[in-house]
Amino acid sequence: MFAAQLPPLTASLFSLVAIASLLLSFVMLGSRWLTDYLIAFAGQSWLIAILSAAVGYYGHYPELYLIAVLTALFRGVVLPYLILRIIRRLKVNREIHERLSPSACLVVGAVLVLFAFVVSSHLCQALGLTGTAAVLALTVMLSMKLIGFLMLAVRSEALSQILALLVLENGIFLGSQILVPGMPLLIELVILFDLLVVVACFGVLVRYLLAQTGTSDASLLRRLVG
Amino acid sequence: MVGNLLGVILLAPLAAVIGCLLLHRPRFVELLNLAAAIIVFLGVLCLLPRALSGPYLFWAGYLIVDPLSAWVLLSVASVYLLASIYAIGYMRPSGEERLYRFYALFAGFGFTTLAGPLMNNIGVYWIAIELTTLVSTFLVCFELGRESVEAAWKYIVIVSGGISLALLGIIFYYWGGSLVLGATYDLTWSALRQVAPRVDPTIGLTAFLLVFIGFGTKVGLAPMHTWLPDAHSEGPAPVSAMLSGALLNTAMVGIVRFIQVSDAAHLGHLPRTVVVAIGALSLFVAALFITRQTGIKRLMAYSSVEHMGIMALGFGFGGSLGVAGALYHMLGHSLNKSLMFFGAGNAMHVFHSKRIGRMHKVLSRMPVSGFLWLAGAVAITGAPPFGLFPGEFTILRAGFQGPNVWAALAMLILLIVIFVGFLNHFRAMYFGDAPLPAPAISRHKPLSPWCLLPMWLALIPLLVLGLWWPAAFSHYFSVIAEQLSGAGASP
Repeated sequence: MFAAQLPPLTASLFSLVAIASLLLSFVMLGSRWLTDYLIAFAGQSWLIAILSAAVGYYGHYPELYLIAVLTALFRGVVLPYLILRIIRRLKVNREIHERLSPSACLVVGAVLVLFAFVVSSHLCQALGLTGTAAVLALTVMLSMKLIGFLMLAVRSEALSQILALLVLENGIFLGSQILVPGMPLLIELVILFDLLVVVACFGVLVRYLLAQTGTSDASLLRRLVG
Repeated sequence: MVGNLLGVILLAPLAAVIGCLLLHRPRFVELLNLAAAIIVFLGVLCLLPRALSGPYLFWAGYLIVDPLSAWVLLSVASVYLLASIYAIGYMRPSGEERLYRFYALFAGFGFTTLAGPLMNNIGVYWIAIELTTLVSTFLVCFELGRESVEAAWKYIVIVSGGISLALLGIIFYYWGGSLVLGATYDLTWSALRQVAPRVDPTIGLTAFLLVFIGFGTKVGLAPMHTWLPDAHSEGPAPVSAMLSGALLNTAMVGIVRFIQVSDAAHLGHLPRTVVVAIGALSLFVAALFITRQTGIKRLMAYSSVEHMGIMALGFGFGGSLGVAGALYHMLGHSLNKSLMFFGAGNAMHVFHSKRIGRMHKVLSRMPVSGFLWLAGAVAITGAPPFGLFPGEFTILRAGFQGPNVWAALAMLILLIVIFVGFLNHFRAMYFGDAPLPAPAISRHKPLSPWCLLPMWLALIPLLVLGLWWPAAFSHYFSVIAEQLSGAGASP
């Protein structure tokens, strides 16, 4: 497989990008400010675009250049712009009712990364891929997944929940670039497009939420129980 | 011929979407959607016998017509037709000027649920399922109340999060396959099935569990069911019927096909045991919430969790009996749950409330619709002589033959609990005394015939299916069961 036969320099470039985007998701965990989340998300998307281009160059997948450009354009520019518009519409610019303080979130996040590492090293051991870039790619993929779910669980601002869902998708996208760079172009394109639609839907829904409840705090949505 | 039928089935609702968006006249959009639903239903009826000789592939292998997808299309198309008839009577009083938006979304929802089971490429199937969520979110919050927006928010967040786990599982499958087949290949169901025996079992098992949790969220299996009661209870009644009778089945197809893949991968008993355990847990959770329920539509929603659990049990038990029972149950549940939501919509119209405690002497307030609803309530608990009884009985038989006898026993006990709990609510509504002084009888418009017709159309086939299991169906199910086990049978 591709990730197993990389020259050391390339492997460390990929590792650098993957670790940097994992760090950016910790920036999201450790902050209260919505604009911080947004900047971290945009940075993550640009890193993924760089990764796609690098994988395309070293692995000779020319179609990945297209994916890189579209990722930078959609995830790096259009999505942050759409989310910025939502932020401007909201009257709040930070998390107010946090269930877990940002510093506690960082600790839980670190534990989740450890868990992801244990799982992925087991998986890679079964496949005989120990010591390759695949372990790191898998670890980052699973950690971003878990961190996204952690954010969904402890953050209550509507916008944080949207960004948490996007972190989930970013994790998958990042891992899949390294693990399965040959994935058919159509699927990657459609997933990119799908994200745009998701965020547009969320935009409309946030507007309804504000109009009906006067708040964008999703933890106050607790009328429907039982 | 099959290709033409497929074109008709998919293009009719799309044409209805475009027509609704271009022309806003209320009477016209109602009829347009209804016409699309009738065309789809007739198309599916013609497709059904022809699909037996399938699988057929279209559009460079992106669409697949096999007996399984044709059968799911039958239940989706039946619900789409019934709900389109009902919507005409139900939606008119709630305002005419937004009607075109409702029907555009409704036909779009019909299109996505019809398209889902036909997808042959697993990535595209995932996207089709995601699209059903996005379209139906706006149907759930169509009434724009505080509760319905809350329900829509929970729906989209929980289901999107859950289904992203399914995407992770699909990437794992692709990765496992790419170690065998090389970096680039088309991830179709048949490619996955063929490569499955050579994929590393660790990856195969991880991927199956991720995919099962992901699509299980969409199917509404406990403990991932939390979005379901809210979304089902807050949307307009025809939308609830579509969510319960059509959407959940569309996602169930994915689980069925992945069970088939994990059979082919020789992962042992674990995948099926997980499916069976989650199915039994869904029954258990549904039994608890049905017994103590206070909202009429939430009662129906938890009953959907129950029936999805039963179907998961059927497919999890497997074998020709389990598959046949689950498929028979799928059609019966689609018809029956539509009937129940229509009845609930009528009762809410008459009593101006969603609370079970506010509904008394139903038969004297709505005689015909009340009678049909009561018959439906008896049917949905799995009592003979209605269509759910033979299906559930067959699933039980499959369970007692397989290795998971405990699950069959649990199913039997929980079904009895649910029977008592569910019908107790109906006893109180129909024959109980009003604990409060009866509220002043408010005058309401009589129910429109559009609201009664689909209830008859659902109950009659349900009764027929309960009394007579057609031999043609048995043949159909045995073909499906054979195709589902075909690749995995040879060790």
